[in-house]
Amino acid sequence: MALSGLEIYKLLPKTNCKECGQPTCLAFAMKLAAKQADLSACPYVSEQSKAALAAASAPPIRLVTIGTGDKKLEVGNETVLFRHDKTFFHKPGLFVRLTDKMPMAEFEAAVAKVKDYSIERVGITMRVDGIAIENASGDAATFAGFAAAAVAKTDQPFVLMAATPAAMAAALEKAGTAIPLIYAATAENWKEMADLAAKYKAPLAVRADSLQALAELAEQVKGAGVEDIVLDPGMRDLHGSLVALTQLRRLALKSNFRPLGYPIITFPGEGADSVQDETVRAAQHIAKYAGVIVLDHFEPAIAYPLLTLRQNIYTDPQKPIQVSPGVYEINAPKPESPLLVTTNFSLTYFSVAGEVEGSGKPAWLLIVDSEGMSVLTSWAAGKFDAEKIARSVKQFDVASKIARQKIVIPGLVAGLSGELEEELPGWEIRVGPREAIDIPAYLKAWS
Amino acid sequence: MPVTVQTPQEKWTGKVREVTLGATASSGGTRKQVVTVGGESTLPFLTFEGSIPHPPALALEVQDRFPADWSALLKEAWGDALRDPAEWAKKAEEAGADLIALKLQSAHPEGDNTDAAHAAAAVKAVLAATGLPLIVYGPGQADKDNEVLVAVAEAAKGERVALGNCEDKNYRTIVAAALAHGHLVVAKTPIDVNLAKQLNILIGDMRLDPDRILMDSTTGALGYGVEYSYSVMERLRIAALTGDSMTQMPLLSTTGEEAWRAKESKVNEGVPAAWGDWKQRSINWEVLTATALIEAGADIVVLRHPESIKAIKHAIAGLMG
Repeated sequence: MALSGLEIYKLLPKTNCKECGQPTCLAFAMKLAAKQADLSACPYVSEQSKAALAAASAPPIRLVTIGTGDKKLEVGNETVLFRHDKTFFHKPGLFVRLTDKMPMAEFEAAVAKVKDYSIERVGITMRVDGIAIENASGDAATFAGFAAAAVAKTDQPFVLMAATPAAMAAALEKAGTAIPLIYAATAENWKEMADLAAKYKAPLAVRADSLQALAELAEQVKGAGVEDIVLDPGMRDLHGSLVALTQLRRLALKSNFRPLGYPIITFPGEGADSVQDETVRAAQHIAKYAGVIVLDHFEPAIAYPLLTLRQNIYTDPQKPIQVSPGVYEINAPKPESPLLVTTNFSLTYFSVAGEVEGSGKPAWLLIVDSEGMSVLTSWAAGKFDAEKIARSVKQFDVASKIARQKIVIPGLVAGLSGELEEELPGWEIRVGPREAIDIPAYLKAWS
Repeated sequence: MPVTVQTPQEKWTGKVREVTLGATASSGGTRKQVVTVGGESTLPFLTFEGSIPHPPALALEVQDRFPADWSALLKEAWGDALRDPAEWAKKAEEAGADLIALKLQSAHPEGDNTDAAHAAAAVKAVLAATGLPLIVYGPGQADKDNEVLVAVAEAAKGERVALGNCEDKNYRTIVAAALAHGHLVVAKTPIDVNLAKQLNILIGDMRLDPDRILMDSTTGALGYGVEYSYSVMERLRIAALTGDSMTQMPLLSTTGEEAWRAKESKVNEGVPAAWGDWKQRSINWEVLTATALIEAGADIVVLRHPESIKAIKHAIAGLMG
């Protein structure tokens, strides 16, 4: 947990030498606490103090990296229990479990399917993060062969799952440089697993059936030189995993309990009685605190809603998602169809586009770049005024798409019509409804 | 390595009010059973530090006219029952609904514009067809809502129906109707904690018992603002547990209407292959929106598809532990 200015002050030389650029050591300590200064600015701080400050500034949930290169996954380093308190930072990775008992061709096809799956939503490309390979055969050489095939077929991160250190060692020999997540160290095998993780500098998952046992195991693994740890608290049912994951997040954030300050891995398919049930569990893990989610089923009709939920929950509440400015065609508009204009705040766009779509009436929708603000907010901030609307009309060459120069502005900014008439000479400015819900009636009456 | 794990416990001082929908013969109604929601003294399903006396209740939406604008998947699931609200309500009860949410869509001025007598008759027919408690919605146009809901309140006297929606622009008439005939109201506000509190205060000023108010803080579907609904519900629930009495009403979400309005559920022509199987995707859209909001604090969820209600029931059973 972060130290207060006074606590930091106690660790400083207290000489007020001013070499850091601050008038006093206390002032410097306050700047450090506010993260507006860096400790390296102090030439006289002791090594001991440096270590103490570094330990205190470590995040309560460690940031763990799986994989290498562009597609590597970073999870952890969360700072709040509720997204409205700030935001959730690192989206949980979605992995798809495959086993080394599958025919190799089928395995390779599945790896490619996961890797190639992508979908775009509000201008953001969403992907599944990778695969998990389980040593279901029990054979070390077979497992190593599948790990080698995965390295050859994909640059996405992956999880290696084996009960025996021998199988894990064989697979890591082929795939260790890809920095996979090793699953899992248990009370029985932790020593060998920890040695492997340390050797390949790979993150290691630890599994135990109680938080007590989990904390002890994590400490043992850490003592053996592994710092990148992922926790599996073992609970598989909806209620049990909600409680365990909530307690883990609270222990890390509210109690600053280091032994359990790591991201969490979940297996929604284990214990689920249907694919639907698995999907519901995965959704819970997205909203409530998982860092790595290993699915047993991968189908677009599951992946798309889960990826959308992940995007939604991990949206920064202070920075709303924006849609790209431009002209959107709804219900196949013709030149004589009405032209509506609104802002690029995603919810505004979705409300308006949804109502137009629902009305069944064709229309052109011009989206102005209001920096992600809603109609009234952006109007008040000067980001949605007559000049800006007129500029967008020209920028997107709207006039070439429509037969008559008519534009419908939101009822909330009816006051803009006069200025807009000046900015767009020859255009007819119409005032639409104040609320999106009244758009269908408005379009019905359009002439 | 011995370490001591002490899990932090929240000590909440407030709790959500218990609200009962429906009345049986012994209390002046004709319902075969009543449904009580609310009463939580902890965050959703965290029973290690408080109690969740009632599982979230699930309603299925029924309309009083054929919903021509609905997704073909919904039409296929309900078949000819969509042409008769009484038949539809019966089927909804068989599908596992705890409540029927009857929407008087035919009264919409832009649609069939049917009158108050028509609305009252539809409510009576549904009451006769099912033993479940009712939520009754007007067509969603303030003046017309007032007109039909007053007639509904009278026709359903004693049944402890929830009348919706009460919004800031037309709460007076609906609250008065609820007061006169012993009903409940659904207080709807646009995704905002303070607006929700304010409407509850206004309704309270008219002397409607707070145990007769349900809050609808507005639902955005998955991909269409669900995160706003999710966070506003979490904030309302935390405020309720911290003792803010104007946020202690149970929460209602119209998940079905919103999820089935999404393009992902509504259509399957010209959509990317990455969207996957239409039916599976659509059910997931409704189920994931509902379960996310249930985990944020929703006490009543109004749904549309009979398969979704099964999956969500199953999830609630798992969450209750």
